[in-house]
Amino acid sequence: MDPVMGKPPARMGYEGVAVCVPVTIPYSKYSLRSAHWFCGRALAELIKVAGIAKDQVDGFCISSFTLAPDTAVGLTQHLGVSPRWLDHIPMGGASGAVALRRAARAVQCGDAEIVACIAGDTNHVDSFRKTIASFSQFANDAVYPYGSGGPNASFAFLTDYYMRQYGARREDFAKLCIAQRDNALQNPHALMKRPLSLEAYLDARPIADPLSLFDCVMPCAGAEAFLVMSQDRARSLSLPFVTILSTIERHNAYPDDPIQIRGGWAMDVEGFYDLAGIGPEDIDFMEAYDDYPVICFMQIEDLGFCGKGEAPEFVRRHDLTTTGDFPFNTSGGQLSVGQAGAAGGSLGLVEAIRQLSDSCLGAAVTGARHGLISCFGMINYDRGLCSAAAILSRGSG
Amino acid sequence: MTTPLPPPKKKDPALRTRQPTLPPGNRSREAQGLTAMAAVGRFALQICAACGQVQYPPRQVCVNCLGDILPWRDTDPGGSLLAETRLHHANDLFFRDRLPWRLGVVRMDAGPSVVAHLAEDCRQGMRVRLSLNLDRGGHAVMNARPETPGPNSEDDLQLRELTTDPKDRRVLIVNGKTELGLALTQGFKAAGAREIFVGHAEPWKASAALNAIRALDGVTLFPLDVTDTDSVQELAAILGGKVEIMVNNSYHLRPGGAVDRLDMNVSREEMDIHYFGLLRLAGTFGPALRARGADGAHGACAWVNVLSAYAQINNPAFGTYSASQAAARSLAQCLRAELSPGGVRVVNAFVGPLDDEWHQMVPPPKLMLDTVAERIVDALQKGLEDISIGAVAEEIAERLVENPKEIEREITL
Repeated sequence: MDPVMGKPPARMGYEGVAVCVPVTIPYSKYSLRSAHWFCGRALAELIKVAGIAKDQVDGFCISSFTLAPDTAVGLTQHLGVSPRWLDHIPMGGASGAVALRRAARAVQCGDAEIVACIAGDTNHVDSFRKTIASFSQFANDAVYPYGSGGPNASFAFLTDYYMRQYGARREDFAKLCIAQRDNALQNPHALMKRPLSLEAYLDARPIADPLSLFDCVMPCAGAEAFLVMSQDRARSLSLPFVTILSTIERHNAYPDDPIQIRGGWAMDVEGFYDLAGIGPEDIDFMEAYDDYPVICFMQIEDLGFCGKGEAPEFVRRHDLTTTGDFPFNTSGGQLSVGQAGAAGGSLGLVEAIRQLSDSCLGAAVTGARHGLISCFGMINYDRGLCSAAAILSRGSG
Repeated sequence: MTTPLPPPKKKDPALRTRQPTLPPGNRSREAQGLTAMAAVGRFALQICAACGQVQYPPRQVCVNCLGDILPWRDTDPGGSLLAETRLHHANDLFFRDRLPWRLGVVRMDAGPSVVAHLAEDCRQGMRVRLSLNLDRGGHAVMNARPETPGPNSEDDLQLRELTTDPKDRRVLIVNGKTELGLALTQGFKAAGAREIFVGHAEPWKASAALNAIRALDGVTLFPLDVTDTDSVQELAAILGGKVEIMVNNSYHLRPGGAVDRLDMNVSREEMDIHYFGLLRLAGTFGPALRARGADGAHGACAWVNVLSAYAQINNPAFGTYSASQAAARSLAQCLRAELSPGGVRVVNAFVGPLDDEWHQMVPPPKLMLDTVAERIVDALQKGLEDISIGAVAEEIAERLVENPKEIEREITL
């Protein structure tokens, strides 16, 4: 609390906002198409499912790495749209929840009526290498020249430290990866089609100790998208929708931690559940950002499901499949579906909309009412800088 | 403990020689400040002039107080190793050729966390010492080694990619007929060079230094006259593919300037030895060295030029000599650029007056020749790029940074 200014004003809720029309442009390992194509096809799918015309979408939130040198601005001309509200979110894996909360405010305030949140990337044979070879100034100067391992090396450090500090074992990470693979087997979009066994996980080719093949996402091409509008508008269009109970966003949290053991969620978790009016015990499933399993463990801890360092035990005690007692990354997550660049930051969000509006592509979590989405992104130097989260609830459309 | 360096094998001409690749070299202007420190073997980071905050990675505005005066200051290189990894996969060809590759995160006592190349004998939790080294591309990188290195620590293969250690490498010393040539030969022998080739010109002229060299084991003498293109070409045809460290130590010192002594012959000789001599050596030996820059743990790695400190500022008492040294220095910069695609480092050793016959009339301090040899070997072992040897050369380097006009007016060294 500020001693001079007194208590900060209470945060406004997201009353009246609807999140709907979950769309996925199917993933492929490589594509000759451009990011413009993936974003454009996502918009085409959004308006087709919503039954609206292109010019009825008057706001856009765009997230993409491979759109460069273009941004959301160039995309408007490419797609022939004239929005009155435009946002480009360069936050990679955190872009989904951030797009959601910005779009929701735009709709609440009347700055836009229908906002399309689109995250899409292509993957040419050499585009991943190019992306990580010039990711940020700090990465160019102080990370990439050291082995050019990209995020594998960065997460190897975090995993190594976490394992030694908190006693996590490879078997614990394996359990999470295997459960997500089980979930993925029912998702037609998942690129990984075969079950994962503990032996296969443990014996997989080492990538960057202690990480091996199944700890790492597979880069691919694809897009995820959804619409944000007023609940009245969603009802008038007969669109099933979900509502937003709470969101948070934080960047460069805990800069004095010598190495990342937590993300910005831990700074904001209290207010997060206060605004939602529910607690971790009321969450029916969790969609976490999962480019590497260790970051899932941090999210489980930082978002209040257990204490710091207790995620290994938590994962041992819970069943993370869609029929388990802690359904987690119910579509299979990026580890089993693939990481379509910035779309990875919306994969869990789009899956949560499906879970809460009875439009699952894969297995549904029975009776799910509240879903938690957690996002993470941008290893600028030695740690991920962006974290965000949202709680979605079944709407009454 | 570090795995001992495997002994060099005889080259199999039927096998393809690994082509040189370089580590990623895309750096910001700020980060090139690290390169300036690594080139001279300093461990310095930006320290905010306003609040004292140590900055890493380099930046233009203080991470703490947003001040923009961030001078480079020598910094405590100690820290502890928080996390480590061994890469089995890399996206860049240089590292792909050298996997597995060890890396770590070091929490510096001075504050920042640093991603660093990691010596084989480092373990998580250990106290380590960081250094700034030039990588094969000539850019600065952080390297972590145990605070007290274990046995064979100099044999670390990753370290050998950063340094230009003479151990188990073949060295060509261009001129064996001077006391400096003898000191260098002895220095490289002591450093464990695999084989030393020593050149000698002017067969009519006896040399006590050359006689002493001839008596050493592991040394082979070859006729080499840097003023004779055919002679240089002939030796390059014999030795080019074998030389891993080139040491150009030829010099020709005569007093005199332009107005007080117009002597075209002396001036031409100086240029012929210092400038054209280097040019001939560069054009004949350079291609072979560059092509063998990635030829295993004993590949070609360095080209040393012993230059006068007067290459940086003219000493009118040795006016034309200084000018020819300046020409050689400029050509050495060209050579540095041309050898860099092979990952071969050009080391310029700037020396003050030597304690030899040609400096008889120069007042002390004069440099012991053993000191010059020791410092050059040390620079190669540490992987430095520019060194000033002795009090005179060091003072000249400092004064040039401080006020080049002052030293131009007042050079009395």
